[in-house]
This record gives sequence, C-alpha cells and structure tokens, in this order.
Amino acid sequence: MNLWRDIRGTVHPFWVTLRNMLRTPVTIEYPEERRTVSPRCRARIVLTRDPQGEERCVACYLCSAACPVDCISMQAAERADGRRYAAWFRINFSRCIFCGLCAEACPTLAIQMSGDYEMGSRDLLKLVAEKEDLLIDGGGRDNEYDFYRHAGIGVGQVRGAGDEENPPADFRSNLP
Amino acid sequence: MNELLITLALVLVKLLLIFGVVLSLAAYLVLAERRILARMQLRLGPNRVGFFGLLQPLADVIKLLTKEDTVPDRADRFLFLVAPGLAAVTALLAFAVVPFAPPLEIFGRQLPMVVCDLNIGILYFLGLSSLAVYGVALGGWASNSKYALLGAIRGLAQLISYELSMGLSVVPVILSARSFSLTDIVVAQDPLPFAIVHPVAFLIFLISVTAESKRVPFDIPEAENELVAGFHTEYSGMRFGLFFVGEYINMIILGSMVTVLFLGGWHGPFLPPVVWFTGKVLAVSFVFIWVRGTLPRLRYDQLMHFGWKVLIPLALVNVLATGAILLWLKGS
Ligand code: SF4
Ligand code: SF4
Repeated sequence: MNLWRDIRGTVHPFWVTLRNMLRTPVTIEYPEERRTVSPRCRARIVLTRDPQGEERCVACYLCSAACPVDCISMQAAERADGRRYAAWFRINFSRCIFCGLCAEACPTLAIQMSGDYEMGSRDLLKLVAEKEDLLIDGGGRDNEYDFYRHAGIGVGQVRGAGDEENPPADFRSNLP
Repeated sequence: MNELLITLALVLVKLLLIFGVVLSLAAYLVLAERRILARMQLRLGPNRVGFFGLLQPLADVIKLLTKEDTVPDRADRFLFLVAPGLAAVTALLAFAVVPFAPPLEIFGRQLPMVVCDLNIGILYFLGLSSLAVYGVALGGWASNSKYALLGAIRGLAQLISYELSMGLSVVPVILSARSFSLTDIVVAQDPLPFAIVHPVAFLIFLISVTAESKRVPFDIPEAENELVAGFHTEYSGMRFGLFFVGEYINMIILGSMVTVLFLGGWHGPFLPPVVWFTGKVLAVSFVFIWVRGTLPRLRYDQLMHFGWKVLIPLALVNVLATGAILLWLKGS
C-alpha cells in the first residue's frame, strides 16, 4: 500500500543516518595524515633525465603547443654534437590546470607529472618554475627509456646502432 | 521590604543563571549540530579550535564580531537593526516560564525553580512564539531584497499555520492536567509522561515544533538553494549571529517545551531533577539534529498541505477524542 510505503520511506532514513553516525568518518586529517597519491596522480610537473643523466627534453615545443592554457614556454638550442636542448624552459604553475596534456604530447618522456601536490603559495611569482626548478635527477616513471636509442639521427649513437634500427644499407650493393 | 529584596535577588540570580546556561548551551548546540551532522555524513566536523573543537563557538563569535555590519542601501534602517534582536529576545523570554526542577526548600523558604510560575504559562509561551514571527517578518521586509522578502513571507505563512496545530496539540495536555501552569503540568505527569498518554498529540507537537523552529525539513523560510538565506540574506556580522543564536535558543526552548509538556519534565529515577530535565532537553535537541541530517526539505505547497489538511484536522479530532474519553472516564 502507498501509505505504508510512505511511512517506511520516512522512517527508514533515520536508521540509515544513525548507523552512519556510528561508523568511522572517511575524512583524512590533512596536515597530520596524508594519503598516498595514486601512481597516475597529476601534480607538479618535472623534467626528467635519460639513463645517461642527460636532459631528455629536445625542445620540440610539442608540450607548449598542446598546453590548453599556454603556460609552457621555452627557447630551443643545439649543442655542438647536434643534440637539441632547451636553453630555458619555463612553466607558469599559477596557470597550469594539471591536465597532463603536455606529458601526453612529449615524445621523449621528458616532461612528466609527479605526485607532489603541495605547491600552494600566496606569491604568484613563486609559482613560475624555471628549468632548474623542474629538472630532476632520475628518469621519473621510466628510468630505462632513452629516446635517442629509438630515434634521433646519429646523435645518441652512430647511425644504425639504435634499437629497432637496421644498419644503414649500402645502396651501391643494391644496384642491379 | 527585606522579603522583597531577597525575592528580587533570587529572581536576578535565577535570571543570570538561566541566561548563562541557555546562551552557552545554544553556542555548544551549534557545535554539537555541526559535529553530529558531520558524523552522519561520514565527516569529522570542526575539530581544530581547541581540544575536540570545543573552542569553536568562541572562534565563531570572534569572527562574527569582527565582520563588517552592513545595512543594505534603502533598507528600513531602524527595523533592519532591531529585527535580529527581536528574534533572539523573544526566544530568550520564553524561558521565564519553564520549570526545570521541583520547588526547592532553602532556609524555610519555598524557592520555585522557575523564573516566574505564571498560571497561564502555556499561553505566554504560545504568545511569545507568535511574537517571534516578527523577527522573521520585519527582518525580511526591512532588508529591501526579494530573497529576504520571499523568505519572510514564507516564514510568516508557515509559522502561522503550524502555530495552530501546535496550540491544538497542547489542548489534550491541558485537559488532562487541568491547568495552564507548566509546573502543574509537570506535576501531573508523575506516573506516566503525556507522550505515552497522548501519543498523537505528542507527534503533532513534535512536528509543529520543528516547523516552528524553521528547521529542516521545514526550513522553507531560509531554503538556501532557492532563497540564498531567506529572511537573513542581507544580514552580516553579529546581527546575522543574533538570528543564528536566536534560532538555537529557540531550539532549546522548544526542546524544553516538549520535555515539560510531554516527556515528564524533571521526573526520572535516581538522578537529580535538573539532570533529568537537561538530559531530556538535549535528547530532544538531538532528535532535531537527527531529523535535519535525515529528511529533505518539503516543497512549499507540500508544507501547506501537510499543515492544513493533515496536522490541523488530526489535532482537532484528537482534541475531541481526548475530551470524550476524559468525560467518559469521569462519568464512570
Ligand atoms: S598539465 Fe596541462 S596546463 Fe599544465 S603545463 Fe601541462 S598541458 Fe599545460
Ligand atoms: S618537454 Fe617534451 S614535448 Fe616539451 S619540448 Fe621537451 S621534448 Fe618536446
């Protein structure tokens, strides 16, 4: 009957709230307790290094182009051995929305999102990170990955010595 | 002359005591409500200020006092400034007739544990709770804001409708106690509290009281998601605080009315009467908080339907039935 259903529907919630009152709260008391962030947490952005300890970033501007709020800027430069790098690299964290598109766009795994989320500040200028602030020592999520072992013409290694690469064919021997 | 002075002093002491106890109780009721609601929602609630958050009311007061006290442009200044006080004072005044313990015998002098044992205590209480409407109505009207005005209109309609059923549900109690004095009513509940004798009246009174205190599920005058904050939208600082405190004092006074009229007042085994009284008031307050944590807000038309088509007829039938039964009992 409808009336019975209504009465039950009014009384039952009281039992629900009472039961929930006696359960332990799910709140994490932040400064004292911290939760371990998920491995895919998207917080402070870092620039990683390859296994040789060199900067991975090749200043291709892909992250800068992918960024929806335009907060990455850099200046490309080239070393004597032909390896490209960023002369300066700047992320304005006060504009970053931590969408992770930059990390997704990066072909060299240089730019990555880390789990460090405690970066609030009252001073906006403190939130502008330069390359020195961004560079870390390790390889981030993948310590093994070395971009120049897969691509990069004659920069990381001699021609044809990379993984998934065949030694260069002598085209003269292929002539009929 | 001497006699008069002593009586005056005693009344003053009682006044101050009640003032202090009720005000601090109201302040901690706010904290208790926040904590209990939080626990019902699996949160912790305010626990930062002081041990277990026990200093939170103090922090709230300091915050409210240091906020700017704004009066909206083209508001009715005088009424705007007076309304919050009206809301708080009417709630406090009602406490004058609440007996919280049996009369005490000190130095051969009968000391009633109530500020003023009016022989028409219930009427006084009903009258004051009607006056409390003015705080809402004037505050809302004087703010010169649509939201506040809408809230005030709703508040007026709601309080007037539910006062009817509240008054009607008290009639059976008066019929059985044969007195309008609250002390007599408590004395009349010695073996059995009226909540058991008149369960229907108790239920109606409880519901009307919730509506009277403008609490969920009857918080239509301040429905946040439609009216911002209803009649106190334009208030800031301690004036808003006064409305707030008034609301919680109201909660305590209505809780003590439920206690006095239906739960047997100070009666109870073992513990001293005052403890029983306070315990019952707190229990009723907990029920208010519990209801707030559980039920959603009624729609305005539902509220009016419920009040006029369900509660008032039910209360009238209840009055008739009680009268008939009492007459029959007396006849036999
Ligand atoms: S996370 Fe998104 S917003 Fe932040 S720098 Fe990368 S692309 Fe730009
Ligand atoms: S961080 Fe990656 S995407 Fe951005 S410029 Fe460097 S290599 Fe290119």
